[in-house]
Amino acid sequence: MIRTLLSQVKEFRLVSILTPVCMIGEVICEMIIPILMGRIVDYGVMAGNTSYILETGARMIVVALCGLAAGLLGGFFAARAGAGLARNLRKAMFDNIQTFSFANIDKFSTSSLVTRLTTDVTNIQNAYMMMLRMAMRAPATMAVALFMSFTISARLSSIYLVAVAVLAVFMGTMMRSTTRYFKQVFERYDAMNESVQENVSAIRVVKAYVREDYEIGRFNRAAANIYEMFIRAELRLAAIGPVMMGIVYSCILLISWFGANMIVGSELSTGNLMSLLTYCMNILMSLMMLSMVVIMITMSEASARRITEVITEKTSLTNPENPLMEVPDGSIRFENVYFSYSPGSSEPVLKNIDLEIRSGESIGVIGGTGSSKSSLVNLVSRLYDVTEGRILVGGHDVREYDLDVLRGQVAVVLQKNVLFSGTIYDNLRWGDPDATEEECRHACELACADEFIRKMPEGYNTYIEQGGTNVSGGQKQRLCIARALLRKPRILILDDSTSAVDTATDAKIRRAFAEEIPDTTRLIIAQRIASVQGCDRIIVMDDGQVNGFGTHEELLRGNTIYREVYESQTGAGANADFDRQE
Amino acid sequence: MAEKEKVKVVGGGPRGMRGRPRPKVENPGKLLRRIFSYVFRYYGLHLILVAVCIVVSVFANVQGTMFTRTLIDKYILPMVEQVKAGQGSPDFSPLLRAMARVACFYLVGIGSAYLQARTMAFVTQGTMKHMRTELFDHMESLPIKYFDTHAHGDIMSVYTNDIDTLRQMISQSMPQLLNSTITIVSIFSMMLVLSPPLTAVSMVMVIVMLLSSGKVTSLSGRNFVAQQRNLGKLNGFIEETMTGEKVVKVFSHEQQVIREFDQLNEELYQSSARANGFANIIGPVNGQLGNTNYVICAIVGGVLAVNSYAGFTVGALASFLTLNRGFSMPINQVSMQFNSIIMALAGAERIFRLMDEKPETDEGYVMLVNCRQDENGEIVEAGEHTGQWAWKHYHKAEDTTTYQRLEGDITFNGVDFGYRDDKMVLHDIWIHAKPGMKIALVGSTGAGKTTITNLINRFYDIQDGKIRYDNINVNKIKKGDLRRSLGIVLQDTHLFTGTVSENIRFGKLDATEEEIVRAAKLANADGFIRRLPKGYDTMLTGDGANLSQGQRQLLAIARAAIADPPALILDEATSSIDTRTEKIVQAGMDQLMKGRTTFVIAHRLSTIRNSDLIIVLEQGRIVEQGTHEELLALGKRYYQLYTGKKPELAS
Repeated sequence: MIRTLLSQVKEFRLVSILTPVCMIGEVICEMIIPILMGRIVDYGVMAGNTSYILETGARMIVVALCGLAAGLLGGFFAARAGAGLARNLRKAMFDNIQTFSFANIDKFSTSSLVTRLTTDVTNIQNAYMMMLRMAMRAPATMAVALFMSFTISARLSSIYLVAVAVLAVFMGTMMRSTTRYFKQVFERYDAMNESVQENVSAIRVVKAYVREDYEIGRFNRAAANIYEMFIRAELRLAAIGPVMMGIVYSCILLISWFGANMIVGSELSTGNLMSLLTYCMNILMSLMMLSMVVIMITMSEASARRITEVITEKTSLTNPENPLMEVPDGSIRFENVYFSYSPGSSEPVLKNIDLEIRSGESIGVIGGTGSSKSSLVNLVSRLYDVTEGRILVGGHDVREYDLDVLRGQVAVVLQKNVLFSGTIYDNLRWGDPDATEEECRHACELACADEFIRKMPEGYNTYIEQGGTNVSGGQKQRLCIARALLRKPRILILDDSTSAVDTATDAKIRRAFAEEIPDTTRLIIAQRIASVQGCDRIIVMDDGQVNGFGTHEELLRGNTIYREVYESQTGAGANADFDRQE
Repeated sequence: MAEKEKVKVVGGGPRGMRGRPRPKVENPGKLLRRIFSYVFRYYGLHLILVAVCIVVSVFANVQGTMFTRTLIDKYILPMVEQVKAGQGSPDFSPLLRAMARVACFYLVGIGSAYLQARTMAFVTQGTMKHMRTELFDHMESLPIKYFDTHAHGDIMSVYTNDIDTLRQMISQSMPQLLNSTITIVSIFSMMLVLSPPLTAVSMVMVIVMLLSSGKVTSLSGRNFVAQQRNLGKLNGFIEETMTGEKVVKVFSHEQQVIREFDQLNEELYQSSARANGFANIIGPVNGQLGNTNYVICAIVGGVLAVNSYAGFTVGALASFLTLNRGFSMPINQVSMQFNSIIMALAGAERIFRLMDEKPETDEGYVMLVNCRQDENGEIVEAGEHTGQWAWKHYHKAEDTTTYQRLEGDITFNGVDFGYRDDKMVLHDIWIHAKPGMKIALVGSTGAGKTTITNLINRFYDIQDGKIRYDNINVNKIKKGDLRRSLGIVLQDTHLFTGTVSENIRFGKLDATEEEIVRAAKLANADGFIRRLPKGYDTMLTGDGANLSQGQRQLLAIARAAIADPPALILDEATSSIDTRTEKIVQAGMDQLMKGRTTFVIAHRLSTIRNSDLIIVLEQGRIVEQGTHEELLALGKRYYQLYTGKKPELAS
């Protein structure tokens, strides 16, 4: 996991290495300063030597400037390295997501991908920056300070060793027990957030059932849970500061006492004593820093794992070695196809499918919810791979084609479709980046979208908001159809794409298809019999299997399900769809 | 559902601007006071204790620092002199006593620091708890309108991001600020005692430090704003692309998307590197300025001490220099906290804005109670569930209570309504739903069907006209009781985290196991529930994401059924259930609707046809109403919708 993340440092390796180097430089400067300070007191002040004070002071300023330079460089390098790693991680994830198959996308939810690309990366960025600056700095400070104090007086400095050992053990046990609490805190946080989120989105239900007090009770319990956990963790953490102070104070007292004895015995100078006391703080502070870094790293561990998951996810669809670059015609053949979303587990959603569709045919697909209509058509453009059997498009297995070529020739209008922020032209040109305005307009005419677009204030240059919130459901569907038409595909798949379009317009679109693109194979999934009635042939799906396949008349005669659906929808006025009128 | 969507667009901040807030606050002083008084309200005594602790520990700390001077001047140097003068081995016992005294100070300091840390834990966590529960409590009381006009992500982030930044401020920045101020003041006064001229020198450097760190902070602040902006842009882009990822793939648009992403990613990198870079150097800049300060003081002090100016001793210089070091630390800390305080204030602003939001008003006094008839045929209140309901009027003037049986007679008398005052969506609505009637609302999307049902249970208040329930103005009925009298099944069903049983029980909190199963059977949900891994005890998470849309609707129907309300509103309650299942559910639904006034919104004819009253809406107006046969005979809009033919003008 760590290796995957570090491999993304890439061009920021240099700054990543320079940061600790600068930090060490800064540390060395900071450590020299107390020595110089001690000298000023010993040889300058005590000896009444003003010129010595000035000389050493000047030297100190030079050292301080070096320290400043190192600090500035280190600060900027660290920021660059952190931000750079973040950039590369985002890019690595985003690029990999673009290679994902539908199956991969299904595995990660949209919102989780968004969090991984944003919040989790920010966590890692901060942790990495902190690590570069502190992880080297703290041990370096400690090492240098220890070294310095040992050169002054090995005997006195041994006190530090004891103090460091005591503090290290204390911090270690502390961290272990508190990280356990913090982990639980995060879990309870999730529970509380869920409670808020549910209430925000389901406020109508809560209010309709007058369950405000009930929900408040639930929330209060969640909040109390967090409180309890946090208090427990923090009460433990509360000991850190005082224990730290205790150790520092003990060191000061011990060093003062023994130092005083040694000074009296002429084994130590007063300046040395002062330097030792300064190092005392340095050593213990750096130990604190180090433990903070460790805590931060453990806390960002979850983010690191979530990012790694996305980066290392292997796409389940790969391009063949020598792909076919052309789709000869629009024929489709299903040969003994089985399909399941997670192979090896549960019932397959498609079972034993054998179908033969000729190029240029129009095919309706009908069936109840959960009868796997969408799954069936999704296999044609290789949005998913079959579990067993094979699918032939234009006489070749879909897995032999270049993916882009295949999807260029098999245009799908998804059931859950999306428009992107941008003008209508921008959106249409997803279908064909080089489409002229003329071509765009023609596609919209076919999809019965031209009329309403012209009525918009800025026509084809109207800006579509994110998620297409400023067009109605029916308008959105027609734009999506036009977008797919611009691909000029050999096969066009409409997955319940006119559900929000009124019956008359729906019929008009189908007529336009028949007249304008008669050579394109059309697969049309619909709820309404009227939408598929006019197709050359109709597939009736039931529980993942083909229940019937034939013309409207044939099915009406020989297929029970089809007849039932037909009867429930026809008869006087059955086609009226009040809610779906534009 | 377009009504809801339309209003939702009105408010709502820029998309993708979640995460950290922009550091910009209107009135920081006022906000700080409000935060402080909020904390003080619950934890006043704690805060005083904390303040005392801080003062004590700072004092003890300073005493310790001063000890260096005493150590050198009063004990070590005299003893050294003594040894030099050859007066034999010096007496260490006074030093030992002095050290014991200092050790006592230290102990007190440690003790109070520990007490402070523990107390602060209660103060911060307690405040957070109070704030969260108060927020939630208040949120539950807000009108539906609030939720329509605010992006859900923004509301959520108040509970998480904003509370979190505020927690950091209360637990770290506030004590730090107090601590730093006291430290600065006490150190300053002691420095003054040791040597006024040196203190003046030191002050000049401190001002330089303050100016430079202010400069760097504002530089990093400006870049943080840029970073937030770029992060927002990238967030928005990622959200959009991830939502449409399948479409990206269908159109093989991966490369274009990557190009656009790279550009935004690069911009974020640039601003983030700059912002963090400036933030990172505040420490070193202050540190080295502090060192320079030290050197300058050492030089000036050294000169003073050598010349024994005004009795300035070596020990005094040593102490002064230590104090000087201690001086730059709190300044450094304050400037490092600056950005996080600004962020926290921005968060606090949003927290208080939500808390200040006006709650739903409820001036109703008529209550809904279970009732039964006594021997005399009089209606009396019943404590238990009887299946009979009555309105309970309390007349304040005469101090009497009267009961009126709940019939389910609902009338709209010339109702006008708009989500905003300047844009009416319903005009002059007249409806009379007689007890037990089934009323179907029919019309195209956006005609105002859902809006009408939202007015009956007073999710929104009307601008003009009257709505009466059993001849009582709905404004006079307590909102909770009014809503309890109306069972609702919505098109977009919402389920809650919890077991299947718990979700059904939501309709009636004291329902028994049998009642739950009965309700589930009525809704035809029993079958699929039993097939779930743990049956009725299966946990549903994330709004019941593990169920199909149809199954969720069945659960919502069961939830309404168990509540056994006197009247019902079914808003596309069966839209995602396939035709066959619907037929089975319909039987249960019919049973549920029997004897209850029911409002139905549906686009399936079977549901509409046998209604007692069909109301055809168009653009917020009733264009025709009557029974199925009447409307067909009328040969206008309903006829057109029903037959798909143009109205025959002649008839």
